[in-house]
Amino acid sequence: MKGVAVLVLRRIGSAAIVLLLVSAIVFTISSLLPGDAASEMLGQSATPQAVAALRAKMGLNEPAPVRYAHWLGGLLRGDPGVSLADNLPVATLVASRLPKSLLLAGLTAAFATPLALALGILAAVRRDSAIDRALSLATLSMVAVPEFLVATLLVLLFAVKLRWLPSITIVPEHPSLWSFLRGYLLPVLTLTFGVVAQMARMTRAAVIDQLRQPYAEMARLKGLSPARVVLVHALPNAAGPIVNAVALSLSYLLGGAIIVETIFNYPGIASLMVDAVTSRDMPLLQACAMIFCAGYMILVLVADIAAILANPRLRG
Amino acid sequence: MSEAAIDIAVQEPAVPPGGPPVGPLGLGAAWRRLPLSGRIGALVVAFWLVTALAGPWIAPYPIGAIVAGDVFEPPSLRHLLGSDYLGRDVLSRMLTGARYTVGLALASAAAASFMGASLALLAAVSARWIDEALSRFMDAMISLPSKVLALVMVAAFGASTPLLLMTLAVTYTPGAYRIARALAVGLNQMDYVQAARARGEGRFYIARSEILPNMINPVLADFGLRFGFVVLLLSGLSFLGLGVQPPNADLGSLVRENTSGLAAGAPAIVAPAVAIATLTIAVNLLIDGLSGGRLRAGGTGE
Repeated sequence: MKGVAVLVLRRIGSAAIVLLLVSAIVFTISSLLPGDAASEMLGQSATPQAVAALRAKMGLNEPAPVRYAHWLGGLLRGDPGVSLADNLPVATLVASRLPKSLLLAGLTAAFATPLALALGILAAVRRDSAIDRALSLATLSMVAVPEFLVATLLVLLFAVKLRWLPSITIVPEHPSLWSFLRGYLLPVLTLTFGVVAQMARMTRAAVIDQLRQPYAEMARLKGLSPARVVLVHALPNAAGPIVNAVALSLSYLLGGAIIVETIFNYPGIASLMVDAVTSRDMPLLQACAMIFCAGYMILVLVADIAAILANPRLRG
Repeated sequence: MSEAAIDIAVQEPAVPPGGPPVGPLGLGAAWRRLPLSGRIGALVVAFWLVTALAGPWIAPYPIGAIVAGDVFEPPSLRHLLGSDYLGRDVLSRMLTGARYTVGLALASAAAASFMGASLALLAAVSARWIDEALSRFMDAMISLPSKVLALVMVAAFGASTPLLLMTLAVTYTPGAYRIARALAVGLNQMDYVQAARARGEGRFYIARSEILPNMINPVLADFGLRFGFVVLLLSGLSFLGLGVQPPNADLGSLVRENTSGLAAGAPAIVAPAVAIATLTIAVNLLIDGLSGGRLRAGGTGE
C-alpha cells in the first residue's frame, strides 16, 4: 500500500507543477502585447500623465516576472485583482458566477453518469448487438458535433415545435421543482449529449476487459446468470477504469459549458469568461482561465489516481 | 469533445513491431480497403473540399446582397435554403462561408502538424535535456483546455484572420507534438537508425531521411483529426463572435448572426450548423476507416 501512496502523492505533486506552468503560460500570453491595462482603463482621451500615474499605481512598470509573482500571490490568496470593465474585484464577480456553473455541471454529471453507465454495461453484455454498434457509431459522431447544433436542435424541438420548455434559462429566485427542472433541462441535455457516448464507450471497454478474465469465465461455467456475473463479479473490479472514464469524459463539460452557457444566456463562469474576452478584461479573463484549467487538472488527476488505485500490480 | 481520449487512441499503435506498415499506396487501393462508413466519410469530405474551392463561383447570388422579399424565408425554388436575418440568400452565404471554415482549418491544422512534427523530430534527435524541456512545456500546454487557450489568445491578439490562424495552429500544436514525439522516439531506437548513427550520419540527416519517412502516415492521420478539431473550435469561436469577423463569415458566424431565426425554425440557422457537423463527422469516419477502427475510444474491448 505504501507504494501506491507514494505514486499518488507524486502524481499530485506533478499536477501542482503543471498547474504552475499553466499559470505562467496564461499570464505570459495575456500580457505579451504592450497595449496595457492602464490606457485601456482610462480610455482614448486620457492624458499621458494620468496613464503614467495609473501605470505606476498598478505596478505595470515592474518587470514581467515581478508582476507574475505578484499576480500569482494574489491568485493564491484569493485576490486576483480588479476587473477593468466594471471596476469590481474579480473575486466578487467569480464568486457570484461559479456556484451557478458548478450547479449546471453537477446536474449534468448526475444525469449523464448513470445513463452512460447503464448504456455501457448493456453494450458490454450484448456485445456486437444493435445497441453496441449504435453506441460505437454515436461515439464517433457525437465528439464531432458542435454544441450549438445540439442546442439549436433541442430548442427547435422542445421550445419551438412542442412548446414544452423555455428556450433560455430563466430560473426564479425561489423556484418550484417544476420551474427549476424546466429551466435547466435544455442546457443539461445539451451537455449530456456531448459526454454520454464517450463515457458509455469507455465503460463498455472496462467491463469487457473484466469479462475476459478467467474469474469471470469461472463464474459463468459455475452456472451463474449473466446478470450476476456482470453486476457482482465484473463490475466491482471495473470500478477503477470506470471512474477514470467518467472523470475524463466530464472534463469535456468545461469546454462544452463555454458554448452552452452563452447560447442559453446562463449566468455562469463560462459566459463571464466570454464577456471578459469581448471587453478585453485581462484580470477577469486570467482568473476565469485559471479556474477552468484547475477544474480540468483536478478531473484528470482523479482519473489518473483511479487508474493507479485500480492497478492490482501496484496494490500489495 | 474528448480530444484527450482520441489523442490516446491515435497514439496507441505507435510503431508496429518489424517496422512501419507497408501497404499498397494510391487512392484506389486506399478506397478498396475502406469500410462503408469510411467511404461515405471520404465522399462528404471531398464534397466540402470542392465546395470550398468552387463555392463563391457557383453561388447563385452575391453574398452581401439583399435579394429576398422577406427575412427568414422558408426554402423555395429561388432560394433553396431560404433567406437570412437581412433577407440575403442563405445558400450563397454558406457556399462562401465554407471556404473560410475549410480554408482556415486546413491551413491551421497543417501548421499545427508541421510545427508539432518538426519539434518532435528535434526532441527525438537532440540532447536529452532539450527533449525534457520541450515535453514538459507541451504537457503544460495540453493541460490548457483548447477553448480556454484559444479564448486567452484571441483576447490578447485579436481575431484578424492571420492571428486567428496562428491562434488555432498554436492551440493544436501540443497535441500534434505529443503524438509525433512518441512515434519519433520509438523510431529512433530502431536498428536502422542506430546503424545510420554508427555510420556517422548527422542528426539532421537521421531526422529527415531515417525517421520522418517512417512516421509520415500516422502524422497524416493525426493531421486529419486535428483538422476536425480546428473546424469545431473555429466554428465555436465564430459562434461566440470571437472568430471570423464581419463582413466576412464562416459557417459558425452564420449560425451566430441568425440566432434570432431560431424561434421561426429558419433554415438560416439550422443549415450552417448541420453543415459543420457533416464535415466533422465525415472527417472522423474517414480517419477511423483509414486507421482500421482504432479511433473509437476504448478500442481495447474489441
